[in-house]
Amino acid sequence: MRILVCVKQVPDPNTVEYQIDPATKRLVRDGVTNVLDPGAEVALEAALQLAERDGESTVTVVSMGPEEAVDALRRALAMGANDGALITDDGLVGSDALSTAKALAATIKEIGFDLIVCATESTDGYTGMVPGMVAELLGIPHLSFIRSLEVNGGVLTGQRVVALGYQTVECRLPLLVAIASGSHEPRYPALKGIMAAKRKKVEEYNLADLGLVASEAGEAGARERVLELRPVEERQAGVIVEDDGTGAAQIAALLRQRGVI
Amino acid sequence: MPAIWVYSEIYAGRPAPVALELITKAAELGETTAILFGRDAAGAASVAGEFGAAHAIVDARAEYDQHLAPAVVDTLAALVSERQPALLLFATSYDSRDVASRLAARLDRGVVTNATGIEATGDGFRMQTPWGARTVAVCELTMPGTQIVLVRPKAFTAVNSGGTCAVEEITGQIAAASTAIRVTDTVEESTQGPLLSDSKVVVSGGRGLGNADNFGLIEELAAALGGAVGASRAVVDAGWRPYGEQVGQTGVTVKPDVYIACGISGAIQHLAGMKGAKTIIAINKDPDAPIFKSVDLGIVGDALKVLPQLIGEVKGGR
Ligand SMILES: Cc1cc2nc3c(=O)[nH]c(=O)nc-3n(C[C@H](O)[C@H](O)[C@H](O)COP(=O)(O)OP(=O)(O)OC[C@H]3O[C@@H](n4cnc5c(N)ncnc54)[C@H](O)[C@@H]3O)c2cc1C
Ligand SMILES: Nc1ncnc2c1ncn2[C@@H]1O[C@H](COP(=O)(O)O)[C@@H](O)[C@H]1O
Repeated sequence: MRILVCVKQVPDPNTVEYQIDPATKRLVRDGVTNVLDPGAEVALEAALQLAERDGESTVTVVSMGPEEAVDALRRALAMGANDGALITDDGLVGSDALSTAKALAATIKEIGFDLIVCATESTDGYTGMVPGMVAELLGIPHLSFIRSLEVNGGVLTGQRVVALGYQTVECRLPLLVAIASGSHEPRYPALKGIMAAKRKKVEEYNLADLGLVASEAGEAGARERVLELRPVEERQAGVIVEDDGTGAAQIAALLRQRGVI
Repeated sequence: MPAIWVYSEIYAGRPAPVALELITKAAELGETTAILFGRDAAGAASVAGEFGAAHAIVDARAEYDQHLAPAVVDTLAALVSERQPALLLFATSYDSRDVASRLAARLDRGVVTNATGIEATGDGFRMQTPWGARTVAVCELTMPGTQIVLVRPKAFTAVNSGGTCAVEEITGQIAAASTAIRVTDTVEESTQGPLLSDSKVVVSGGRGLGNADNFGLIEELAAALGGAVGASRAVVDAGWRPYGEQVGQTGVTVKPDVYIACGISGAIQHLAGMKGAKTIIAINKDPDAPIFKSVDLGIVGDALKVLPQLIGEVKGGR
């Protein structure tokens, strides 16, 4: 089975406070530490476990981003993916969800697949739109919020998280699944994996390779316009007190005042 | 009045709580139609009317519950292309995101996601969406035609104004290829006490509680206050608590009268799910924890010491 995993590079959510550049109205990505999206690591882990179980699958990681996004792909290769594809082109800068999905879908078509694995949402964009759009553009079904999965005889079965519990679902491949956050514990790449990753192949694609036009991608093709950026309304500063043994009583007093006790 | 459609997921025979929030808001902005597909659609339509929908388009076949978004999009895409509502609203929720994303790709249209506000401008709509930690963007969609917008739960308040709606029953065309998915079972994972998303009081715990057993204190305080239990993603990921209790950007959005955060650092993704609470109280042993920037009352201290005392105070004070 050929498994493709869509992974994204994002500013490290553990060390970077996400800020918008007022001039470009885009997320500040320069001069910050970028990492493989933690959500994408979970999706990749799910794919690697699936491939390990059946023993004859390959895992290809696909990313759209700047040249530097190759670092995120290398990390994914170090975790155990077999090879990678990087879609990079100045014309793709500022792409909205649909333009991103078009570039990914065109690349995925080139590569070929049985199963596509995404995360449910990215850490920086968190639109949650790209997986469903990619699936629709490829004319295949998709299942979101998948927390466990298995493939037997070309049919995927799994559990899908819903509001009050979960559904058991099944679908014949080809299919796209979006993996629920926290459902798989990503492995830490071993030194051997990091060394091996340096020799693994990363194929590059640009707009022309994919038969896409610059005027319909990136900033030029964006379908959303930001008119204004406003600061978020801050809450009024509250009272912060060191617990000297009366902390609980102070909380209780406030709860009484609010009529909760 | 512009025609506004609200795609309404159905939970337990009624439009989902967030769908009722959207219908209430849509009724302020224009003439509202609730889109209800699935087994329980007919019954849900009358509730949509109570919250302000003037019309409901109902396709009450179980195919939609069985085959999920691809089947829904077949019917919805045909309706939207034919009737071209000015605005089509979805909730940022499980099934709605799947439907909205496929629909946008099929119709080759842009979307605004995570909206927390919508204004009508006369010839279109402007949406507010949180961007980054400190800014809210005001944005619009540039293509003419139906504007597709996904709204976060609790952005608006659902109000039952007691109206009724005119129901139109339809039978959409679902392509064979769109029935590939099958839902074979639905399992409810039990939760006790009030539903987290609608509870007036929420007591949440994070990694600072140290281990899953200490969550007993959170459960006890929540029960004593008649509230619901919430959790940070760190403890859901660690397997201490079920996903249904996760509060935040990727979990449940809550807007209670009182939110008590215990051993939670206050990451932006957690705040996204609870900063609308009227009163926020936090217990954290780190005076620099970001949560303290968003509280009405913050206790710098050990949650494992404060919680038992607080439970005593609450039980004694009833
Ligand atoms: C894309 C994305 C989506 C996310 N979505 C969500 C989401 O929906 N919800 C969510 O919650 N998070 C979400 N997160 C994760 C979020 O960034 C944080 O990692 C998470 O909220 C941290 O959980 P925590 O506060 O329990 O743990 P920590 O950050 O580890 O904080 C523990 C806190 O406990 C305090 N503490 C320790 N011991 C004690 C004690 N004895 N008494 C009192 N305090 C103590 C510490 O000082 C610390 O502040 C998301 C992250 C990403 C990248
Ligand atoms: N630029 C990208 N490159 C590769 N995959 C992406 C990209 N953007 C989004 N995805 C995939 O789509 C998922 C959801 O992203 P989003 O729609 O941005 O929330 C991500 O977790 C990835 O799996």
